[in-house]
Amino acid sequence: MGEVNHGRRFATLWLICTIIALPIVIWVIGPHMGYGKAATGAEDQAEAMTVLAATATPFMVLVGLFLIYAAIFFRQPKHEALEGPAVRDNAKIQLTWIVVTSITVLAIAVYGSVELISKYGGGSGSGASPLNRPSHVGLKVQVIGQQWQWTYRWPEFGGVETKGIELPVNQMIEFNVTSLDVIHSWTVKELGIKADANPQVNNIAFTEPTKLTPFEVRCTELCGIWHGAMFGYGRVVSDEEFLRWIRAEQVRNAAVIPHLPPFALTYQPQYGGTHHGGFEEPEESESEKREKEQKASGAGA
Amino acid sequence: MSVAVPATPTSSIDRPGWRKFVGFNIITGLILAAVGYVIGWYIGKALTGGSYYDYIRENTQENDLALFLAYAFAVIGFIGGMGFLNYPLARMAGRPASLREKESDAGLWKYFNLSTDHKVVGKQYLVGIGVWFFIGGLNAMLIRTELLHNTPSFVGPESYLTIVGLHSVIMLGTLTSAVLGPFANYFVPIMIGSRRMAFPRIEALTFWLLMAAGVILMSTILFGGFPTGWTGYQPLNDQAVMGMDSYIMFFALVGISMVLLGMNMIATIVTMRAPGVTWSRLPIFCWATFVTAVLMVLSAPMLIGTLLMAALDRSIGTSFFISIGGGSSYLFENLFWFFGHPEVYILALPGMGLVLEMLPVFARKPLWGYRIAIAGFLGVGLMSFFVWQHHLFMSGINADLRPFYMLSTEIISIPTGFVFLAFIGTLWRSKITFTVPMLFCMAWAFNFLLGGGTGVVLSDVPTDTQLHGGFFVIAHFHYTIMGGLGFAFVGAIYYYVPKMWGLQLSEKIGKVQFWMMFLSFNATFLPIFALGLKGMARRVVYYPADLETLNRFVSIAAYTLFASMLLLVFNVVYSMIIKRYPAEKNPWKSKGIEWTLPTPVPVANFPEGIPDMTDFDPYDYGVPERGAGAGATAAPAGA
Repeated sequence: MGEVNHGRRFATLWLICTIIALPIVIWVIGPHMGYGKAATGAEDQAEAMTVLAATATPFMVLVGLFLIYAAIFFRQPKHEALEGPAVRDNAKIQLTWIVVTSITVLAIAVYGSVELISKYGGGSGSGASPLNRPSHVGLKVQVIGQQWQWTYRWPEFGGVETKGIELPVNQMIEFNVTSLDVIHSWTVKELGIKADANPQVNNIAFTEPTKLTPFEVRCTELCGIWHGAMFGYGRVVSDEEFLRWIRAEQVRNAAVIPHLPPFALTYQPQYGGTHHGGFEEPEESESEKREKEQKASGAGA
Repeated sequence: MSVAVPATPTSSIDRPGWRKFVGFNIITGLILAAVGYVIGWYIGKALTGGSYYDYIRENTQENDLALFLAYAFAVIGFIGGMGFLNYPLARMAGRPASLREKESDAGLWKYFNLSTDHKVVGKQYLVGIGVWFFIGGLNAMLIRTELLHNTPSFVGPESYLTIVGLHSVIMLGTLTSAVLGPFANYFVPIMIGSRRMAFPRIEALTFWLLMAAGVILMSTILFGGFPTGWTGYQPLNDQAVMGMDSYIMFFALVGISMVLLGMNMIATIVTMRAPGVTWSRLPIFCWATFVTAVLMVLSAPMLIGTLLMAALDRSIGTSFFISIGGGSSYLFENLFWFFGHPEVYILALPGMGLVLEMLPVFARKPLWGYRIAIAGFLGVGLMSFFVWQHHLFMSGINADLRPFYMLSTEIISIPTGFVFLAFIGTLWRSKITFTVPMLFCMAWAFNFLLGGGTGVVLSDVPTDTQLHGGFFVIAHFHYTIMGGLGFAFVGAIYYYVPKMWGLQLSEKIGKVQFWMMFLSFNATFLPIFALGLKGMARRVVYYPADLETLNRFVSIAAYTLFASMLLLVFNVVYSMIIKRYPAEKNPWKSKGIEWTLPTPVPVANFPEGIPDMTDFDPYDYGVPERGAGAGATAAPAGA
């Protein structure tokens, strides 16, 4: 074998590979990370993903490269039965490893926490009373999930209820997400928003759309058989266009608005448990609906 | 610890052959299970006033209470018929303890019955778990077939959810014991120089409970399936048809099995070590088993209690989890993940233990960093109880605490890193022989690296906002569980079968199988990361049309992965049934004590009595380095 200094050779290789890999992760793979960039939150998330990936790269390269290195250089020669050195530990290496990984982990955690709090939850559902609220909320939208559709209520526009959603660009928007039955999760990938819709809970998320773009709304928490079909579309539009749209919705729904329950942050769920004798109606209507859905799916199959 | 070894088999010699089929055995167990099922069903019906609940769904026989009681009585009937109640009942009646241990039964029949021989139980587990692994895999194939198209095409949305649920629950429920069941039950007593487990009947009970649970889970198909996936979130759980009861009963039984298995392992490792097997000389696999067992005992009761509450909600109309009745769906999420997160480490830790146990054998070096690896296990085990709310980052619950859960989740990567350090240190300047088990160890490191690395991205709330509930998460945990535990498990099959059965699995087929499995596994799950980054949600039959091509690629790779598992089955059948390659006593030239025993291992493990292991070192490999550096210390002292 001679006296190959594996330590030095491996360290050099690792350094070279890391120097090669880092720009690739940051500038080649990085732009593909984060699936939507049409809002401030979404951009921050994409950036955070790149930062974390770049932080992890030296460690991933270390272990990955080691596997290859070991497979090449630490092989048992054919037809031999050599033994390796009987070394059992090395305090210096262990200590270094502990210190380096701990510092990295703490740095990541601090970075994530600062990002989370300073960016108003970064588009995530932050509960009924978020830690840090933006001072300038331009628009409030209530998102109501139910099996299996989304409904939007606009408290600043007379509590009108719409099936579709359009949002004005360059304004901080506050989403109040709640559910009428089971847990759903309101997700708009283009805007980097995800907030669970829980029955009788108001879950708030903030974002500021920055681009005029159509977007897709999806449910990402399993909510029953048509969970996969619980998606819809919306648009980020200019201020004027948004006002035109919402006014038209107000006119169109003028006859319905008086019959809606008064606007509230949460509503009485439609689903009251399997066998609650005390709560009239809900079980019946719920089961009928499900029956219908099952029949429909049966006919479709 | 003197042990009376039965000299000759006593029971089955002087009796006619058919006689062994009469008495407490699986036939009686199944008959009593059926009887218990009917009794439970009618008690439930009577308690609820016949078809009291039929108003919910007019044309079905929905009666959750009846089904729960039917399942419960069936299980009691089954374990009673198997003979598990004989011993406690006899003792309670003041009769002397029966010495009728089943260790002496000959032939295949003993594998279908209560056996108190830990080696029989280990084999039972391996075959039983293998069957469930196969069924879970079949479900995965159905999932991938459905996802060939971006609209419902094959099984439809309702069956799809049941199939997704079955796949996940089988894999996370029955395979919880994938390593502790077969390998720890078989080898831990031997490694610590014991003749048996601390509680041999409980050991057998854990296996049969698990099998009964599996059958109950599959019966969900008869009751309409369940739509919740493995998490069983409320109130969807409460809303679901009767098939949900099968899920609840299954997971509760798995929980009971886990607690019993864990307690048995802890008791065995704490109390039954032979002289000389100190804590600092315990084989690393025993340490991993021990920590896993502690996690099982601490976390599974949470699951059992939660599911009991869910069962009460469903059957007698309580409202623990129904917000309109004063309960909370958050409560279920919290309780479930308080079990659910330790559960994933219950799956991961034994895999780490197996890999570190096999590594020195093929590296011809002592295990490097024995203590830091143990610190890693303990750290992972401890931290696993402080991270559960990272599953609820988007839920809105305790949103102000998210920085804490972010930190705790990221901290868990430090002890995980210890295990990697031990892995690297052991292979450093070693002499690796790339046998099939060793290949699986290398693959474990690669897969777990990707699984762990992507976990860091998921632990960060802003990035998790994009990835939560999507395919990225799927790829992440398949890398840690299938790529981690799964690969270690298959590697351990190749490694330990020669000792368990005395037959060698074909290396040639094994190598082909490994490469097929490794490549197709990565071909399946690497693109799933990409699908997640492109925003594909979990558990959906409708997905964006532009992701169809990638999904088809994944499906084809997944079929190949399944084929590689079939090749493993073929290898087992070919090598162990058709060719029957006899294995040497110690084919891997291991220094572990289990390999010094003859094959098959005698019923009493150590017929000459409990060994004195004061000078025994399971990792006694390598040549001492002359003038070794200051950092290198000698063998771990038996402090």
